Amino acid sequence: MSEILSTAVVKQRSGLPKRLLGHDAIIIYTLILVIIIASFTVKFFAGPLTVGFLLIQVIPILLIAMPMALVIISEEIDLSVASIAGLTSAVMGVLWRDSGWDIGFVIVASIFVGVICGAFNGFLITVVGLPSLAVTIGTLALFRGLALVVIGDQKVANFPKELNQFVLSKIGATGIPVVMIFVVVIIAIFAIILHFTPFGRGLYALGHSKEAAAFVGIRVGVAKFWLFIGTGVVSSIVGVFLTLRLASAGPDNGTGMELSVIAAVLLGGVSIFGGRGTIPGVVGGVLLIGVLTYALRLAKVPETALIIVTGSLLVISVVAPSVTAWARERMRLARLHKEVQGSSTPGPISA
Amino acid sequence: MKGKTMELFSTFRSAKGRRGAAFAALAVSVALVATGCAADSPATPGEGGGDSTIAFLPKQLNNPYTDVVLGGGEDGAKEAGFTSQVLGPLEASASAQIPFIEQATQEQTNVIVIAANDPDAVGPSLQAAREAGAKIVAFDSDTNPDYRDIFISQVVAKDVALIQLEIISEQIGGEGEIAILSATATATNQNEWIKFMEEELDSNPDYANIKLVAKVYGDDDADKSFQETQGLLSSYPNLKGIISPTTVGIAAAAKYLSTSDYKGKVALTGLGLPNEMREFVKDGTVTEFALWDPAQLGYVAAFAGKALLDGTITGAEGDKFDAGDLGEITVGANGVAIVGPPTRFNAENIDDYDF
Repeated sequence: MSEILSTAVVKQRSGLPKRLLGHDAIIIYTLILVIIIASFTVKFFAGPLTVGFLLIQVIPILLIAMPMALVIISEEIDLSVASIAGLTSAVMGVLWRDSGWDIGFVIVASIFVGVICGAFNGFLITVVGLPSLAVTIGTLALFRGLALVVIGDQKVANFPKELNQFVLSKIGATGIPVVMIFVVVIIAIFAIILHFTPFGRGLYALGHSKEAAAFVGIRVGVAKFWLFIGTGVVSSIVGVFLTLRLASAGPDNGTGMELSVIAAVLLGGVSIFGGRGTIPGVVGGVLLIGVLTYALRLAKVPETALIIVTGSLLVISVVAPSVTAWARERMRLARLHKEVQGSSTPGPISA
Repeated sequence: MKGKTMELFSTFRSAKGRRGAAFAALAVSVALVATGCAADSPATPGEGGGDSTIAFLPKQLNNPYTDVVLGGGEDGAKEAGFTSQVLGPLEASASAQIPFIEQATQEQTNVIVIAANDPDAVGPSLQAAREAGAKIVAFDSDTNPDYRDIFISQVVAKDVALIQLEIISEQIGGEGEIAILSATATATNQNEWIKFMEEELDSNPDYANIKLVAKVYGDDDADKSFQETQGLLSSYPNLKGIISPTTVGIAAAAKYLSTSDYKGKVALTGLGLPNEMREFVKDGTVTEFALWDPAQLGYVAAFAGKALLDGTITGAEGDKFDAGDLGEITVGANGVAIVGPPTRFNAENIDDYDF
């Protein structure tokens, strides 16, 4: 009996839960609907400027949402991402100002900040065994504090103008920023890791049950450690991006972004309890929040009302699947109960 | 556990097909984002029908000081013949203003009036706005001069710094430890004032016995400023005075002092709004503080925008423009136009002001 169960579990995890794809699809349809409605009703919305401005605005969140999705699917969380971006920006500013290195080398060294920060988070979580929520609340403050120590209340702004222009440059007349190519590559990498590798499938198992995951041969500690390296590195990439995009390195770059990222990831159908979520859904979630915010601003919705709208959307998106799951569960149990009562052979397998 | 096992069974049958559908939907949406833009909406000017438009971008919304500046700005905009709007973030961080600059650009606003949270971070976006034809007026907190046409400053930064030092020195009798409770660690104008204060403390023999022991940052958040004040007083038992060059900070510090044992013993001054500080002046927590009339700042900024748009000025040194009730204003070096000197508020005159 237990053998049958465990093989069934493994088999099931090699596919994607059906309910989830439903959520993805709904998010993506909603996104398309919002785009269509906004194009017709919101003045100035339908234009190449929108594509450029909107994408540049969501790129930081889109990027960090990728490793964040993996982390949350594994039933962990990383709240320190925005602070890692801030620390990276501070380090990048100081290196550029003081080291005399080539900008390319400065960028590589800055991204290494994310490796160190991620490894620090990962060490405390996997080796010391502390909960990721507690650890990353701590490092959220710690890394931001370090950023202030590194660069103080200074700003470094004399980055090469060409780099800023490159970050803001568009692909021809489409309005799509050139850096989107790079972003799409990163999205693709994370989509492949999550959906097409044993490592990625293992993350769903991790999110469902750490013990079960360990049983089926997943090295829980190692997997989690790499996840936090992942969020660290991508956060640092975002720190570099923000620095170049703003043409300004400072300790407060990216402040508060962690919550926007987590909100978008959850909206995209990733369960905060782990075990559920897909990359297409997360991309849809990020774009949906981005497009909605952008359109509502252009439609002159006051900023205070706007956060109420995005907040409510998030609550609905988190609550709705739980409610439907609960309802389905009840129905299934009821049906099962009947069947079990009807036939004399017990066992859920027959369901 | 039983429930969980159950739900695993009926779910994996059509996963592949669904996945395909989801990817297809994503691809469609991306294509839509990419091409939906091709369906260009014609570039029509603002609702006013030929009216020129002006957008005010304060550092953050829902800040009492900002509200007064914007009130003056809207009056000025009306008199100068603009259709005005206010765009701004809810929190004052470096990059939070950028989406609003981009929005103003997209709406083809004629004049953008901005108080920069970060002098450089807003630069590339302002550059794009200028390329789209907007005139840029900085007010309250300057941007890098490369990115704006003119900067409207209420007062000379040094005067603002010095008047606060003068007041604190008078109140603590010219000697003792003082501390500064500022806004964010990167706030442009606060840092400039603090720099002038530090220089003056070092160089002016009148202040030789005054020692600046700490600078703390309340981030223009009332709770954080309140806690920082509390922290200052417990860390520095000999503290004689606090300077808070930000309206949020001084109000929070006054609130803390007024209910603590330090009331009347530790002097507090800085830049405050008369309406917020009135009760603390009346109850003796605060003797005197300084500020300019912020409404004038917005008012002049609107007229400067008008003059730039009409082409009567370019923001060059020596340019003169009409600023309605405030008469003619001359642009100084680096495209900076000064509105007027700071005012001291105390028990005698505070009731004359309502902002």
